[in-house]
Formats: sequence, structure tokens, C-alpha cells
Amino acid sequence: MTPPIKRDKPWLMRTYSGHSSAKASNELYRTNLSKGQTGLSVAFDLPTQTGYDADHPLARGEVGKVGVPICNIGDMAALFDQIPLGQMNTSMTINAPAAWLLALYVAVAERQGATPAQLQGTTQNDILKEYLSRGTYIFPPQPSVRLITDIIAYTVKHIPKWNPTNICSYHLQEAGATPTQELAYALSTAIAILDAVRDSGQIGAEGFEQVVGRISFFVNAGIRFIEETCKMRAFGEMWDELAAQRYGAESEEMRRFRYGVQVNSLGLTEAQPENNVQRIVLEMLGVTLSKKARARALQLPAWNEALGLPRPWDQQWALRMQQVLAFETDLLEYGDIFDGSPVIAAKVKALVDGATQEMARVQEQGGMVPAIESGYVKRQLVTSHTERMRAIERGDLKIVGLNCYRETEESPLTGGVDSGIMKVDPRAEREQIERLNAFRAQRNATEVKAALANLAETARSGANIMPASILCAHSGVTTGEWSQILRDIFGEYRAPTGIDIPANDDSRGARAVAIRTQVAQTGEELGRPLRLLIGKPGLDGHSNGAEQIAVKGRDVGFEIVYEGIRLTPEQIAKAALEEGVHLIGLSVLSGSHVEMVEDVFNQLDQVGLKGLPVVIGGIIPESDAALLKERGIAAVYTPKDIDMNGIMVDILNLIRKNHDLPPVAAI
Amino acid sequence: MTRTALPEPAALASAVSARDRLALAQALNLLDDRRPPARQCAAAFLDALPAEKQESGGHLIGITGPPGAGKSSLTASLIQVWRRRGLNVAILAVDPSSPISGGALLGDRLRMHASGADREVFIRSLACRGEFGGLSAEVWPMSLAMLAAFDIVLVETVGVGQKEIDVSKMTDTTCFVAQPASGDSIQFLKAGIMEIPHVIVVNKEDIGMAARKTLSELKTTLGRRTDADGWQAPALSASAALGSGIEALADALDSHRQWLLARGQFTARRRRCQAEWLVKHLREEFGRHGINRLGGETVLFVELANAPRRSPIAAYEDLRARILPHS
Ligand code: B12
Ligand SMILES: Nc1nc2c(ncn2[C@@H]2O[C@H](COP(=O)(O)OP(=O)(O)OP(=O)(O)O)[C@@H](O)[C@H]2O)c(=O)[nH]1
Ligand SMILES: [Mg+2]
Repeated sequence: MTPPIKRDKPWLMRTYSGHSSAKASNELYRTNLSKGQTGLSVAFDLPTQTGYDADHPLARGEVGKVGVPICNIGDMAALFDQIPLGQMNTSMTINAPAAWLLALYVAVAERQGATPAQLQGTTQNDILKEYLSRGTYIFPPQPSVRLITDIIAYTVKHIPKWNPTNICSYHLQEAGATPTQELAYALSTAIAILDAVRDSGQIGAEGFEQVVGRISFFVNAGIRFIEETCKMRAFGEMWDELAAQRYGAESEEMRRFRYGVQVNSLGLTEAQPENNVQRIVLEMLGVTLSKKARARALQLPAWNEALGLPRPWDQQWALRMQQVLAFETDLLEYGDIFDGSPVIAAKVKALVDGATQEMARVQEQGGMVPAIESGYVKRQLVTSHTERMRAIERGDLKIVGLNCYRETEESPLTGGVDSGIMKVDPRAEREQIERLNAFRAQRNATEVKAALANLAETARSGANIMPASILCAHSGVTTGEWSQILRDIFGEYRAPTGIDIPANDDSRGARAVAIRTQVAQTGEELGRPLRLLIGKPGLDGHSNGAEQIAVKGRDVGFEIVYEGIRLTPEQIAKAALEEGVHLIGLSVLSGSHVEMVEDVFNQLDQVGLKGLPVVIGGIIPESDAALLKERGIAAVYTPKDIDMNGIMVDILNLIRKNHDLPPVAAI
Repeated sequence: MTRTALPEPAALASAVSARDRLALAQALNLLDDRRPPARQCAAAFLDALPAEKQESGGHLIGITGPPGAGKSSLTASLIQVWRRRGLNVAILAVDPSSPISGGALLGDRLRMHASGADREVFIRSLACRGEFGGLSAEVWPMSLAMLAAFDIVLVETVGVGQKEIDVSKMTDTTCFVAQPASGDSIQFLKAGIMEIPHVIVVNKEDIGMAARKTLSELKTTLGRRTDADGWQAPALSASAALGSGIEALADALDSHRQWLLARGQFTARRRRCQAEWLVKHLREEFGRHGINRLGGETVLFVELANAPRRSPIAAYEDLRARILPHS
């Protein structure tokens, strides 16, 4: 008999999920666990992520859509009903209100009879990348860094197995970052945060190695999987050096680069969506092949990523991809298969060198926080993403099914009553509000008031925010109340948009020049330069599309008004009026497009701008596109519309039509 | 014919004076419209605005300074102070446009976002279309329209050095925002390349040393100097980030207005603004040569100071006609 082959333990397999309500999500989690998933990864809805209760006006249309709504300890308890938190490993994608959600988690665990010391999991808690990509920031950078710091200091002392922060380069790649930029900005963020923890004085010098050891990362893996493998090795090397040199971490264990991964989604297409399956599998290789740089935890998107939210079956398919790799292939039987390869070593070195240089540039500006505040980092990301988009448009960056090999049979996957995506129960919002009201009615108002006063006092004094937050959790405070106290004290923030970048070379290309001439010409015919308002209504933080349209619009000669993410329909109508724009372009990817369009039209009516052309782009299922057009939307664009010049010509012609001018000839 | 039919000037003027926001937006569009019939309509509109507001109403403030000094952020903070004082505010934000595409990203609005959905605040951005020395020719006529409806009208432009701070000649009060640790403005002031603004503020005092140092250098440079009218410019320190020094800044701006009023110079200065606009515009179109045909700058300014009030557009067309050879 041959002895059994020794295999490495596989990584933690997760599925990022949550929707509708705590109860529905709990059922989903329990099913997923029974399918062999080994950890939980909670997706919260946008109101929760931005610190609003379900009944806040800004929450309209977003409750329970892209994640689970958690308004208070009642919701949190329902979310983990029959899931023993003392034994679970839970990752929570939560940032600005991370301290609050962790407090709720601790409180529920305590009610279940578990001690904080038993708890294992992760709070994403990297608010800096929220300003650059993810968009669910609330407070200005300084108080945000303080919140991150407080969670780290608290967990190191009281919840030692918790990963208090997941420094994210994942989202930077999704916003267009190159591998070098991912390395540089994630590590610069780590420096900003570790420096802040050190300077806060909450942890003595003896305990600091412990802090370094608790820092973990959340990384992306794109389709160029060889380069991605090298990036992961580069991360490991650079982190090891940083931990040792800057923070004096001596033990190798504490210097290890620990990371989780979600593979790239930006490159997943709406066109021929079945091809996404091979993309996801290849992307997974980049973070698993090299044993030395293998991910600790992995979550994969689904084949229908660019269509809408995945259904349980779609997520199951993604989970099975991981299981096939881990359990059927021989991957886990070998040591590192890249050690000693000169090709790999050279690539790693090139990445390390590039990232080191960029990190030096960030340090010259005073570090990551000032470089974010000045807009520098965001401009670098928008520049990279613009280059990527132009390369796709030109056809230099090939994406099968999108800009080459486009002929296709009809897909059997996208048929069916649900068109191949998950539809969130439209009653979710109302029911959540009802639950919230019931919860408010039964709690002890005096206790709530005292807990909030204590929170305010703590926020002002600079003491650690966690104990006061846990007290709030037990007392029945809501997500909106917790956040509002801090909003009042810390203030709110709007991040730089990064679109103020120099014109790209393509804007000197023949087609762009021809469009520009027509734009200027129409401007003369109408008496003044043409103006577009690019608006992002609601809580949706997906800014890539809006940014790209804004930059492109500027490059072909439009005057662009773009005020960044999270505007109310009222603010959008106000800006359209004050700025005298010729057309409004909305961008909505979070699924709240129907409600948003309705509200924007109402507001436009109110200010007297009925009839102003409005177009929309984003993740808009075909059936909804028809509905929106019925309501008066002039054009709908989705990810498959990569001809940005073509979109500009459309917009120009819509403006002309609105002024009874004939369309320009095809450009 | 296009569907943008021209508005009826008198009706538009009375709607604007009644603070109708849609009317003001339409008026600004009209003032931006370069087609000849629109110019005529715009002239008639401006003429129909109530004279009192144009000559002595409200407060027209210019805020200028180097790129990134925090002009928009300070404006956002000032708006809050003014709103608390019960004043309503209109802003004209002039942004540079892209030299390549002619397109523009109008970014100041974002930094002024603090105004949210407040209907007593009105912000219009303008691309400075590479002409009129960093200013936009529309600024003056648009300021007039805004003055008819708002208590405070503030114009933001980018600039250091005289040509760039020409905005100061077309406002009642000019505020220069200095960037800490940048010696440029101080050098320009010292060398007399830049006229002294009415209020100087060093922003970003939250960063500490560098801001304090710049402030003390500025104070030394200014010494006891006064402008041509005898006003002595205060040098202040503030932080838009912390919201510190903003009340004092608002007070300083208002002191200059009070000072002009007390000395009976307010209306004269407003008239002078229009004269400056006319002369600058003529210089752009015809050069010095054109101005000389009208008797030279000094003579022209005297003439304009005594001329009856009329819309800048009509006044300009008259002057233009006098320069152009009759055919
Ligand atoms: C990149 C990405 C992100 C990035 C966003 C980075 C950024 N700053 O934009 C990150 C990683 C941060 C992110 C986060 C989240 N995401 Co996401 N994300 C995507 C992804 C992969 C690509 C979107 C994108 O940027 N594409 C590139 C741009 C250029 O394309 P585009 O926006 O579609 O624009 C094109 C057209 O649509 C059109 N267009 C768009 N807007 C406009 C406007 C005008 C005026 C015009 C004319 C045209 C136009 O023109 C563009 C050119 O082709 C999509 C899935 C996919 N592949 O599409 C999911 C997706 C949009 N995300 C989704 C979700 C749920 C989230 C989260 C809410 C998850 C969570 N629960 O926390 C978070 C939170 C984000 C937030 N704050 O709102 C869902 C939305 C589900 C739905 N609608 O039902 C999607 C569809 C994925 C999925 N299937 O689950 N995401
Ligand atoms: N530390 C600090 N930063 C500030 C302050 N005010 C503004 N800033 C920052 O300075 C940068 C520029 O601010 P803006 O208000 O856009 O400056 P601006 O002068 O209007 O800039 P332009 O219109 O582009 O010339 C932003 O990154 C602001 O966050 C302040 O008081 N303190
Ligand atoms: Mg500005």
C-alpha cells in the first residue's frame, strides 16, 4: 500500500454574500456552510455601510439590495442565529462603521455565551481605500484613521485572534490600479495605519510586534496570472522588510504577509458572460500556485458578475471551482514551484523596484493621508483606468467576446424567468423599516440616551471607541444613531474625484478630434459651450464609469460638472439648474436605478427643468432599460458599451435633438 | 430656429429680482450666449434690472490666489457663516479649461458642496476659456445678474500676479488666499507686481509653523501700506479644514464694504468695476491702439465714471462702434 500523499491544508473558502434581511441571509449562510464553505463573508447593504438606518431618506431604494441590512443588535442576532460565533470565522466587509459592526458582533457573541477571546474573523476596516475606490467613507481622513487605530488597539488586547484590519489593494485594482500601484498604495496605507497606532500610544513598544502580526491584507488577482503570482511574492518580500525595518518585528511569524483574495471582477464581462468562468479559474491560479505566496482565504465572483447579483446556484458554482482546484488537482502536494526561477525573480524585482519608487513619492508628500487628501493617488488611479479603457476601445487590450470574437450563439444561461440573476424581494425595504420601528418601540429609551451620551463623550475625549460602542450595542442603539453622533463630532467628507488629469493621447486621435469639432460647432449653434452634468444619485459608490465618462467628455470638448458619489436627486437637480447644463448623465450600478430615476425626474420637474435630456449608464438589466425609457430616459448604457467615442456622439445628438437640430453625420 | 427661444428681457429681470432660481439660471445662460440676438436680449435684460441693486446693493467679493490654496474650501466655510447670519449667497467659480480639448472639468463646485441642497445658495461654474487674462468675460455681467437676487456674490478665480488678479478690479472687495510656505505671493507684493488685495488670508493654519511663518512675513511685507483709496489690508489666518478664523474673515470682508459705504465710495467703485471691464474687454479686442482711438485710458475712465448707468453689453457695443471705422 502506498502511503497517503501529504497535502497542504487548503485555504479558507468563502462566498461574499448577504441580501434582503438578516433572516434571509442567515438561511443562506447556513446552506453555504452545509455545502462545505469554511468561513462566512458578510456583505452589508449600502445604508449599513454608510451609517444610515433603513428609514433614512438616503437609504431609499438601497435597503437589502447589495447586502444585508443591520440596524441594531436584533438584526445582528438574527444574522447569526444558530451559528455559534465562538467557533465561526467571520469576515465582515465593513469600513467606516467597522467599530460599530464589530461591537454588535461582540455583543451577540456575548449573548450566545462566547467570550471575546474566542472570536475569530476580520473587519475590513481600511477606510483609506474607501476614499480611493470603494466609496463607503463617512468621516474625514483623520478621524477615520483614529477609528481604525482604536479597533486595532482594542482587538490586540481583547480579541487576539481577530484580524482588525484588512489593508486592501483589491479595490484599487478594481478602480484601475496597475500591480505596481497596488503594491505601493496598499503598503503606504499599512505604513499610515501602523504609524498611527504607534503614535496613539495605546500599545507599548513591547506589544507592537503583535500589532504588526495582526495586520492582514485583501488583494486582487487579475487575469495576467503570472504577473499576479509575482505581485504576491513581491508583497511578501516588501512586507517582510517593512515589518522588520520600520517596525522592528523580529519573529518571522509576525512578519508574514497574510492575505485573503477576491479575484478580479473589473475584467468580467456582460458580453458572453460564460467566458467569465475561465477567467475566474485562471485568476485563482495567480494566488494559489506559489506556495510561498498562497492566499489564506479566497472568494470568487460568479459568472454573471457583470449582469447583476449572483443567485445561490451561481455562488455554488464559484465555490466548486475552488474545491476542484484544492481537492482534485495535485496543487497542494508540492512545495513552492517558482523558487529558483530567474524569470519569476526578475519580474518580482521589477515590481518591487517600481513600487518602492512610488512609495517614496507618497512619503515625499507626507504619507498616504496627505497624498489622498490632495487627490494625488486618486488621479494616478483614474489615469491608469483611463489608459485601460482606451486600450480596450482601441482593441489593443483584447477581451474575448467584448472587443474580439464577438460572434456568439444565444446563451442558455441568461434565459429563464429571472434572466440569470438574483432579484431582491421588493418588500425587503418596507419590512426592514417595520422591524426597525418595532425594535425602537421596545427598547429602553433612557438607556439608549445614556449610551449615546457616553459615545459622544468618548469620541470627543479621544479614548478608545470600542467599549462605548459595545455598550451602545447592548443598549439597543441603531446604526444610524451611532453614526450620527460621530458625524456630528467628526464631520463628514467628500473625497477628491481624481478626474482632473491631463488629456490622454487618444484625445488627439482622428475620431476624438472630429467629435470635438462637432461638439464645438453645436456649442456655437446653441450659443454657448455644451455642458454635461454627470450625476451619481443614491448611496452607490461605483465611480469608475462616471469618472471615465467625465474624462472622455472633457477630452471631446464638453464642459463637465461632476461632484462625485452619493448625491441626493435633489442635489442633482439643483446642480443641473444652477450650472445650466444641456444634458444629465446618471450612473447607477448598485441596482437602485428605478427609484433613483423616478426621484431625479421628480426633482427636475420641481425646479422647472422638465424635458432636459437624461441618460443613464451602469448595471441595468434589459427589462429595466425598457422601463426606464418609458419613464423618459433618453438612452441606457451598460458595460458592453465600450465605444466611448460612440457614446459621446449619441449624447451630442440627443442635445441637438432637444434643440430641434438634425443629428451630425456618423463620426 | 432652435428651441431655445429668447426670453422676454423685462419679465426675466423682474423674475430674477424676485429671486426666482430658474429665472436666474436662464439669465446666466443668456449672458453666456454669444449669438447676436442673444447679446441684444442680454443687454435689454441687464438694463431692466433695478438700478439700486446694481449700483449699491449687496456685496460683490472676489476670492483669488494660487491653485490649491483652498479658495473653494474657504468659500464653503464662508457660505456657512453667511447663511447663519441670514444672508443668501451666489457664487461664480471660474475654472481653467483644457488647452487641448476646450472642454473643462468644473471642479470647484465639489469643494463647495457643503451648501448641499440649500436653496439660498446658488453656484454657477464658468470655464475660463483661455481668454480675458484668467478671468472670463462673462464674470462681470453675470455678477450683476446675481447681485439682483443675492446678498453676497462671490467670484472665485485662480491667480497670483497682477494680470491674474484682475478680478480684484471687478469686485467691491478682493480676498487673496495665500498658500502657506509659498513665497510667491509675498514676492509679488513686495515687488509691486501685484496690487494689494483688500483682505489677505493665509489658509491651512491647521498645519502649524509654515502657516504662521507665512502670515508673519505677509504682515511685515504689508507694513502700514494702504491701497490707492487709503484702505489698509488686514492679514488674517484661517483653516477651512478646522473652520477656524472664518467668522473673522467674514467680518474683515464686511468691514471693507462698510468702509467704502461710510466714505461714500461704494457706488463709485461699482461704476469703476464696469469701466475696468469695458476697458479690459476693449484692450483684448483692439489692443492699446483701440483705446487710444477713444482718447486713451485716463480720458476713457473719466468719461465712463460720469456716463449714465447702462448695461455693460450695450455700453461695450457703443464703444466698439466708435473704434471701428464707419463703413
Ligand atoms: C469595479 C467594481 C467595483 C469596485 C468599484 C470601484 C469604483 N470606484 O468604481 C469596488 C471593488 C469598490 C466595488 C464595490 C462594490 N460592489 Co461592485 N462592481 C464592480 C464591477 C466589477 C465593475 C464595475 C466597473 O467599474 N466597470 C467599469 C466601468 C467603466 O464600467 P461601467 O460603470 O459599467 O460603465 C460603462 C457603461 O455602463 C456606461 N456607463 C456607466 N455609467 C455611465 C454614465 C453615463 C452618463 C453614460 C453615458 C454611460 C455610463 O459607460 C461605461 C463604458 O462602457 C461590477 C461588475 C461588472 N463587471 O460590471 C461590480 C458590481 C457593480 N458591484 C456590485 C456590488 C454589489 C458592490 C458592493 C455594493 C458590494 C457590497 N455589498 O459591499 C460594493 C460596494 C460599492 C459601493 N460603495 O457602492 C454589484 C452590483 C449589483 C447590482 N446592481 O445588482 C456588481 C454588478 C457585481 C455583482 N454582480 O454583484 N465594485
Ligand atoms: N490642511 C488643510 N487643507 C486644506 C484646507 N483648505 C483646503 N485644503 C485642501 O487643499 C486642497 C485644495 O483645496 P481647494 O479648496 O480645492 O483649493 P482651491 O484654491 O479652490 O483650488 P483650485 O480651485 O484648484 O485652485 C484640497 O485638498 C483641500 O482639502 C485647510 O484649511 N487645511
Ligand atoms: Mg477652487
